[in-house]
Amino acid sequence: MSLGVVLFASTHFAIRAEKIAKAKGFTVKLIPVPRQLSSDCGVCLRFSWDLKSKIEETLNQAGVPMEGIHCLD
Amino acid sequence: MNEKLIYLDNGATSFPKPEAVIQAMTAFMREVGGNPGRSGHRLSIESGRVVFEAREKIAALFGVGDSSRVVFGQNATEAINLGLKGLLRSGDHVITSSMEHNSVMRPLRALEKEGLDLTVVPCSREGFLDPAEIQRAIKKNSRMVVLNHASNVVGTLLPLEPVGNICRNHGILFMVDAAQTAGVIPIDLEKEKIDLLAFTGHKALFGPPGTGGLVIGRRVDEKTLQPLKRGGTGSRSEFEEQPDFLPDLCESGTPNGVGLAGLRAGLEFVLGVGIEKIRDHERKLTAGLIQGLLRIPGALVYGSGDAEKQCAVVSLNLEKWVPSELSFRLDEEFGILTRVGLHCAPSAHRTIGTFPEGTVRVSMSYLNTEEEVEQTLRAINTLARKGA
Repeated sequence: MSLGVVLFASTHFAIRAEKIAKAKGFTVKLIPVPRQLSSDCGVCLRFSWDLKSKIEETLNQAGVPMEGIHCLD
Repeated sequence: MNEKLIYLDNGATSFPKPEAVIQAMTAFMREVGGNPGRSGHRLSIESGRVVFEAREKIAALFGVGDSSRVVFGQNATEAINLGLKGLLRSGDHVITSSMEHNSVMRPLRALEKEGLDLTVVPCSREGFLDPAEIQRAIKKNSRMVVLNHASNVVGTLLPLEPVGNICRNHGILFMVDAAQTAGVIPIDLEKEKIDLLAFTGHKALFGPPGTGGLVIGRRVDEKTLQPLKRGGTGSRSEFEEQPDFLPDLCESGTPNGVGLAGLRAGLEFVLGVGIEKIRDHERKLTAGLIQGLLRIPGALVYGSGDAEKQCAVVSLNLEKWVPSELSFRLDEEFGILTRVGLHCAPSAHRTIGTFPEGTVRVSMSYLNTEEEVEQTLRAINTLARKGA
């Protein structure tokens, strides 16, 4: 199963996204941002890539600003 | 502490704190400990969650939809400085009241020397502000109105909603210093049309000292806000320029995680009890104190004299007594802890007619009891009869 991550400008939004996604029953995890995506020292939200559209829709609806969504493969 | 003390200096900082606040802080120090927003490991993330939840609860308390617009800092003073220095430019006109604390007055007086146009509108001897005074003071270059919600000297509440409406009608920013009221009196940014709300964590929100912050309303464009400090935020680390988004824009350097863990627990306490219930209890204590004082020969009570129109901060004096002696004797002979002097608000004391001698200030919290108020009244009565 491929994994994806959502990037955020601030840890604040990453933690908010995690809370919202978990409340919706999605299996997600906050992990350090992979080096190839950004040199940022923050965290991103990892999810199963087949949930991409659902995660994106959920976070958009909640008004969580996202910086990007990437497949980790 | 062997003898039972009666702590009536909650306007300075609340004491005692709810047990849950102490437990949350020790738990943070023992079990969490990471630096929020810096690293990707579980303890950093857990620490970030603590800060996030504190932010969410502040947002919930003040009717703010987007908690990223809550920025944490050391105290209300820092928040007020951020709002003033971050947004005002030379030539801007600012209106404030004569009842303000030095946390507002001192930065404004300093900015005045750098070209700020400042109007201090007078309040009545009871500390009331007529919103028409604000309306009259507005000029073409008016940019901001700054008011405390309640005086830290006499507790008198200022009319936020009428002033908020005036500000909105004139396109002026409205900043409120809620140091004495956040956690006691309902505040809603939308209803009262507040653009900037400075709060402290260590008074009626029952957090520890070293916590506070500024709520930045939607009408404030953060792109025009200059932070007081710049530095590491854990975000956009590839750039040497400060992030331009909230809350990171205004939160450089390691935050007070342990303090915010305590503040979060304090907020849970306040939200759990309910602000209406807290206000009711404090109103009852205030009314009992004022009525009791008025029966003591020689007692002078300043402010509104009406518990409906003020928070649980009461200033008093006894005829023929120097305030410092009265406060000292209450402490030494009765274990009753009050604050004496000018309470960092010389303009407010000029307004109520107690400059420069000051007053004895009794300030209560939800955790004070009617019995403690009665004991205090008995003690003041005893001293009044003895004479200075």
